Amino acid sequence: MPRVEDAALLTGRGRYIDDLGVRPGTLHAAMLRSPHAHADIIGIDVAEALAAPGVAAVLTGADIKRLTSSMVVGVKAPLECWPIATDRVRYVGEPVAIVVARDRYLAEDALDLIEVEYRPLPAIVDPVRALADEAPVLHPSLGGNLASERSFRYGDPERAFAEAPHRIDVEVRYPRNSCTPIETYGVVAEYDPGSDAYDVLANFQGPFSIHAVISRALKIPGNRLRLRTPPDSGGSFGVKQGVFPYIVLVAAASRVAGAPVKWIEDRLENLAGAVSATNRVTRLAAAVEADGRITALDWDQIEDCGANLRAPEPATLYRMHGNMTGAYAIRNVAIRNRVVLTNKTPSGLNRGFGGPQVYYALERLVPRIAVELKFDPLDVIRANLVPAEAFPYKTASGAILDSGEYRITMDKALEQGGHAELIARRDAARAEGRLYGIGYTAVVEPSVSNMGYITAVLSPAERKKAGPKNGAQATATIAIDPVGSVSVHVASVPQGQGHRTVLAQVVGEVLGLKPSEIRVVTEIDTSKDAWSIASGNYASRFAPAVAGTAHLAATRVRDRIARIAAQQLNVKADDIVFKHGRIGAADNPENAVAFARIAAASHWAPGTLPGDVDQAMRETVFWTPPELTAPNEEDEVNSSLCHGFIFDFCGVEIDRATGGVRLDRYVTMHDCGRILHPAMVAGQVTGGFAQALGAALLEEYAYGEDGSFLAGTFADYLVPTIMEVPEPLILHHETRSPFTPLGAKGVGEGNCMSTPVCIANAVADALGVADIELPLIPSRIAEHLHGPETPPKNAVSQAASKAGARQLFGEGSATVRAPRQAVWDMLLDPKTLEKVVPGAHGIERVSDTHFRADVTLGVGPVKGRYKAEIRLADLIPPRSLTLSGEASGALGFGGGTGFVTLEETNGTTTIRYRYEAGIGGKVASVGGRLLDGAARFLIGQFFAALAKQASGDATGPAGSGFLARLLGRLRGRE
Amino acid sequence: MKPAPFDYVRADSVDEALDVLAQAGADARILAGGQSLLPMLNMRLARPEIVIDLMRIPALKIVDEKGGALIIHAAVRQIEIERRPNLAKDQQLLAAALAFVGHAQTRSRGTVCGSIAHADPSAELPLVLVALGGSVHLRSRRAKRKVAAEAFFTGMMTTDRHDDEMVEAITFPPKEPTTGYAFREVARRHGDFAIVACAASADAKGGRLAVGGVAERPVVRAMPLPGSSAINDALDKFAWTLEARDDMHASARYRRELVRRIGKSTLEEAVQCRA
Repeated sequence: MPRVEDAALLTGRGRYIDDLGVRPGTLHAAMLRSPHAHADIIGIDVAEALAAPGVAAVLTGADIKRLTSSMVVGVKAPLECWPIATDRVRYVGEPVAIVVARDRYLAEDALDLIEVEYRPLPAIVDPVRALADEAPVLHPSLGGNLASERSFRYGDPERAFAEAPHRIDVEVRYPRNSCTPIETYGVVAEYDPGSDAYDVLANFQGPFSIHAVISRALKIPGNRLRLRTPPDSGGSFGVKQGVFPYIVLVAAASRVAGAPVKWIEDRLENLAGAVSATNRVTRLAAAVEADGRITALDWDQIEDCGANLRAPEPATLYRMHGNMTGAYAIRNVAIRNRVVLTNKTPSGLNRGFGGPQVYYALERLVPRIAVELKFDPLDVIRANLVPAEAFPYKTASGAILDSGEYRITMDKALEQGGHAELIARRDAARAEGRLYGIGYTAVVEPSVSNMGYITAVLSPAERKKAGPKNGAQATATIAIDPVGSVSVHVASVPQGQGHRTVLAQVVGEVLGLKPSEIRVVTEIDTSKDAWSIASGNYASRFAPAVAGTAHLAATRVRDRIARIAAQQLNVKADDIVFKHGRIGAADNPENAVAFARIAAASHWAPGTLPGDVDQAMRETVFWTPPELTAPNEEDEVNSSLCHGFIFDFCGVEIDRATGGVRLDRYVTMHDCGRILHPAMVAGQVTGGFAQALGAALLEEYAYGEDGSFLAGTFADYLVPTIMEVPEPLILHHETRSPFTPLGAKGVGEGNCMSTPVCIANAVADALGVADIELPLIPSRIAEHLHGPETPPKNAVSQAASKAGARQLFGEGSATVRAPRQAVWDMLLDPKTLEKVVPGAHGIERVSDTHFRADVTLGVGPVKGRYKAEIRLADLIPPRSLTLSGEASGALGFGGGTGFVTLEETNGTTTIRYRYEAGIGGKVASVGGRLLDGAARFLIGQFFAALAKQASGDATGPAGSGFLARLLGRLRGRE
Repeated sequence: MKPAPFDYVRADSVDEALDVLAQAGADARILAGGQSLLPMLNMRLARPEIVIDLMRIPALKIVDEKGGALIIHAAVRQIEIERRPNLAKDQQLLAAALAFVGHAQTRSRGTVCGSIAHADPSAELPLVLVALGGSVHLRSRRAKRKVAAEAFFTGMMTTDRHDDEMVEAITFPPKEPTTGYAFREVARRHGDFAIVACAASADAKGGRLAVGGVAERPVVRAMPLPGSSAINDALDKFAWTLEARDDMHASARYRRELVRRIGKSTLEEAVQCRA
């Protein structure tokens, strides 16, 4: 059955948030964002911005603090969480002020007029170093950067480790990435002072537990927050959950502006400030028997949630808590979980949610066991898989694996996926000296999250005090109108999963109607619809929970209609069938009437209904699985309702010259329970695979050591395109879930969990190395391939900069036909500085050694205006001095120190300089590729100009090749 | 991501464009396809006072062929060149490189001269122009002049163009009948900025290798032919003189290694291509 939603989406008729009309008078918001990773805000001057054309309001952290309260934090710790910086910025891209204006252009113009004075603080980006005593602290109230720590123990891990002949461990770092939906965040908010209520349209995706977080932050009861979602969404993958802090901000802005306010996030904002998955450092050890069986695991996870702990974090760390043994029967487990805060974007929901991080450790460990004990990796996997007869299987940490035939599924994958041929390909490639490797992974894909799993972050005593949390309420409503046509409403927000297609199919089947006759309504309106905290679209809950609940609701309506029909057709209700739009007696096709005739009876002739039927017009079903209980005293938690099984294998070849990874073949076998719509399942697997391939090979939210954000555009945050994604071979083996109404399990996230590590395993196999870091950047892989390099003698000293950091180092020199003292005097003269500081519009002398300037700096078309401070220090006349400068402006900030020496020979002075410079803010985020050159250009320009100024004729290029060229150019023109 | 205010001039003639340029100088930017300029405007990295659109000037839509040389005027889109029927025969290197320039979508808007004027150090078209010893035709209200490609690119997005000048056209010299050409590029994804791009030519006497993506501009060097004992030393020396730097996509050391390895294989391909 083809998807019913595609025609509209593919012809530009999707109804996304930015396409929907807004009320006349709606204003537009733009946000000023922090260029610093960590800095105190000394002052914000918004006067000029407020006076700018079309500006209605400017809000800062102080306003938000006055109008709202801190968003709730999920751990017991002295921590606040504001949607905007209040007294301190903690990541590049953090909102600092909001301008509300007549249109977005004017709002952005006014952003440039806001003056913020920052006092930069040292930043911390490494989660392990963030735990050190001397590390900079983000939240002084917390006293450190550790927001939560819990240890868990299941079975007897100490004894298992003591008794096992082998202890094998890995330490891995899972990087920061995100699934970057095409459509960015959007919010339209309006405050109604008459009822002290907010009406919000946002492309939020759930879980609607966040509704409570928003209304609490806005200091109103839940019934005063009407939250609506648009009918279509341009992708979410979890990320759209993170729009909620902006709902608070835009709602507050509408209150101040006295008008509806619309805000559509742009791509720069999205990459720097929306949501990232967590990065995680994991040490994992296994106790292993001689036959390869794992008897215990010892986990040590350090989870980096970024600058704030935003709800529902640290859920990423606990989503997999019941599944820390993956697809394996391991009875003894020790877990130490720490949550740290660093100067990065706050983390949140993202497809795979905790799975990629857990499996990157667990599934790197399994092949390490094979390598160290000299086993075939498949034998280690096979020896440890949960056996088919054990289902439903309760894991050591409390998850109930609902159904599965893991070994059969794996063997089927190997056979149908051409494993034997892949081995032959590998052997042939290796015989030719090529680098070829094979990787495997076996994972359990949890779906339908237990709303209570996150409370495992609390101790049993804390949980007792807070009251139990559990379940996963799904809702569905079937409505029949007076002409007998059927509508389905679900509290789930589609992001491409094909809700309308699948629900029309499921409900149509129950009622004997064509899917095209069913209308599916998927937008949510919390003031009108049936919803609960678990409503929304996440945790792969659509097929197992939402579609199942719609099926229950349709069945309930059908049973009632059957009783009405039984009376009219004079047969027993059990003998009524619904087929081809008619309702009739099973044994007599002649005895039937049109569906609409009976289905509409509740509207037209309620008096004729049988006594046991009150109505058959509308039925709302709430469904929550009883299996999803709250965590118990022993910290056992059934974190998810269903558990799909995935077995993947792949072959890769690595190019010896470039270190590039070519995925030769990828096979992914899924047990996702009953398949409701095969094409939709294929779409989910293919899409997840593509994003996982991006995480494995390309994507990283990279940060410099100084906290600068380096992946601010899609030219640096590299999402795979059709050219980079080969088609995987998708296979299926069905074991139905006994816990869901339709026997389906989730299938939306599995490849995000299995694929990154599967590819990494293949690359490790090809290279024969133990440590593999994601993403698998060719330059990094090449370190294993390219031999040592000898710099040539008399090499021009290479300007160096550390990979990933925006710290630059370099040196150069310039020669001037003038005595040293003359050059020295000029250096200390503001008039000279004015001429030699690139782009200076006038120098103000603060003291003999301190100058202030307005400068226009740039390279090529990239130009910005900056305020600069120049200081001279360590003066040893006329021999040497230290010259330091800082500049800040709308494009970011930069600072540098130059160590300058002057040497004179025969009336000619050689100026030698060494510099260190750092650059941050927008220009570092979006133009990193060009920055080093630009900085060198400007620094070179300074000294070249100085030389020219000193002599009126610069001579003798020396040192830096760049300066040589520059000086050559200057000479050429004169 | 909305640009700061600017005036937009849609010039109907070269003279009109040059008049505006003469008045506005550095405060003006030329719009010729906009595949680099528009993102920079939207990100407010560039804030010109005036944007001069050349794309409706008939005289700038001309592509000339003179004695095998290809003269491309400022409003000619990359895709128009890509689709020339004999391009692969007449301008082998250009044809090979065009496939690496962005994506089909950007090539259908971007102009050849726009890419030259923008002078991104990783861009393919400046590299090819330098490799072939092509030239840039600059024109202002004052004068016309012709600059050799190697002298035109002076640094990171910086060129020899004066503020009142525009790139009116560029010339790709004729293909030498006894010369072989080859182009290779390593990038993170198809269509990305090159980490290292190599354009090579080879005849009976020797080779030429131009490298982009490493230094602040494309750089060309005469090279011994592959197979000779001097090739490895020459490539190594070339690699070091380019002053490669680290970024999040590639280390300096990796870039140097690619200059050696990809440089060599590109030269080899040029030699084979000659045969």
